[in-house]
Amino acid sequence: MLEALGSGLRLVATLDLRLWEIVGLSLGVSLSAVAFATLLGLPLGAVLAVGRFPGRQAAIVVLNALMGLPPVVVGLFIYLLLSRAGPLGEFGLLFTPQAMVIAQTVLVLPIIAALARQAVEDAWRDYEEQLRSFGVEGWRGALTVLWDIRFSLLTAVMAGLGRASAEVGAVMIVGGNIDGVTRVMTTAIALETSKGDLPLALGLGMVLIAIVLALNAAAQVIKEAALRRYG
Amino acid sequence: MSAILPLRLEEVSYAVDGRRIIERVSLVLEAGPSTIILGANGAGKSVLMRLMHGLLAPSAGRITWSSQGARRRQAMVFQRPVMLRRSALDNVVYALKVAGVPAAQRERLAQEALDEVGLRPVARRPARVLSGGEQQRLALARAWALHPEVLFLDEPTANLDPGATREIETIIKAFDAAGTKVVMSTHSLGQARRLGDEVIFLHQGRVAERSPMDQFFPLPASPEAAAFVKRELPWD
Ligand SMILES: Nc1ncnc2c1ncn2[C@@H]1O[C@H](COP(=O)(O)OP(=O)(O)OP(=O)(O)O)[C@@H](O)[C@H]1O
Ligand SMILES: [Mg+2]
Repeated sequence: MLEALGSGLRLVATLDLRLWEIVGLSLGVSLSAVAFATLLGLPLGAVLAVGRFPGRQAAIVVLNALMGLPPVVVGLFIYLLLSRAGPLGEFGLLFTPQAMVIAQTVLVLPIIAALARQAVEDAWRDYEEQLRSFGVEGWRGALTVLWDIRFSLLTAVMAGLGRASAEVGAVMIVGGNIDGVTRVMTTAIALETSKGDLPLALGLGMVLIAIVLALNAAAQVIKEAALRRYG
Repeated sequence: MSAILPLRLEEVSYAVDGRRIIERVSLVLEAGPSTIILGANGAGKSVLMRLMHGLLAPSAGRITWSSQGARRRQAMVFQRPVMLRRSALDNVVYALKVAGVPAAQRERLAQEALDEVGLRPVARRPARVLSGGEQQRLALARAWALHPEVLFLDEPTANLDPGATREIETIIKAFDAAGTKVVMSTHSLGQARRLGDEVIFLHQGRVAERSPMDQFFPLPASPEAAAFVKRELPWD
């Protein structure tokens, strides 16, 4: 065990190319997915928070429930869509990094949208009267609040990133864990562990943890700075 | 552009869960005199102003302005104003933007408004770190920039010290001098006398009395208002 840990550290320290390719792809896929999910999820959450339309309550319940979607189920769903016989089969996306981005976007979108919905709704209680007094309502009010609390929304985005970088099931199914093409940290860890190559698995695990920590630390620093700057 | 005043309230009631908070209030607010809404805690002052400003819809009765486009030609300053997380200047710029003022004019008008309330030195400071008195002046600057025909103020100096209160009162007088109709609720009889031309006295959601200021003080006509004045005066 200790030996494996030592070899793992050595792999990380010697910048093993194989390892860093995997890390790079992981980051690329998860960050892209979170970027798309943020672009879609924040406005969606804001509209659900501020809008008053029939079916809103039901939409919120569904959204909250979707936060707990098992990654393998999302993977299976996207697999069916992208498989050759599926409705989007003609694009030939299955087993590509793009397919993994799509699957993770679907996985992360409900988390970001649901957390944003809650944050905007809480803020809206404070802002509503003032904004309505200015004649600002509906989507315009939603955007104003969204922008005003943008630094608190980092928490929602980081939750999404945590989910994306940690999941195995969805990327495994739609990516196929093909060496050099769609192998990412989590699928590699799963594979190497099953093969008994514990050093590589552990090395990857440590890198994964370090990256998630670093990103969260960065988010925290940004939030603190914003709080000092904007009150 | 024809005036939005007078504002007419006809038999306006407002109820929540069957409890009447405003009860059959009929009023006409004309341009000109500053109107003070007086009344004890819970009398319905804030609710009445929100009804007038259009933030609440009456459960019965009618509220009508005399011409179209009233929304944009009135402003309200709340007891606890909400500041956006941006600079003092940008808070005023935002108010101008959503009022449809062309981008090229916003900054200049905002600076002028900050000058008016004496906040030019803190224009670049985040609005949320300003003191309570400064935030209230910033709220007044946002209103000033819009040149409203009517300004509603809901206890604008509650929680402020005498110095800050005086600054706010000076600005309110400037609104009046600039031709804005001031409608303000307050607890302070002294403030009512300093700023108001007439008093609407609310008691349990009804208008108990409406009198010119020089008649209301020292002797209100209604027993409710007389009791209120007698209770409040020693501490004023
Ligand atoms: N949204 C609401 N739901 C239920 N009751 C309300 C609501 N808004 C106001 N009330 C009640 O209506 C009454 C009048 O409230 P209002 O805030 O207008 O009083 P006020 O005269 O402004 O008092 P204060 O001097 O304390 O500000 C109070 O009894 C209050 O509890
Ligand atoms: Mg009140």
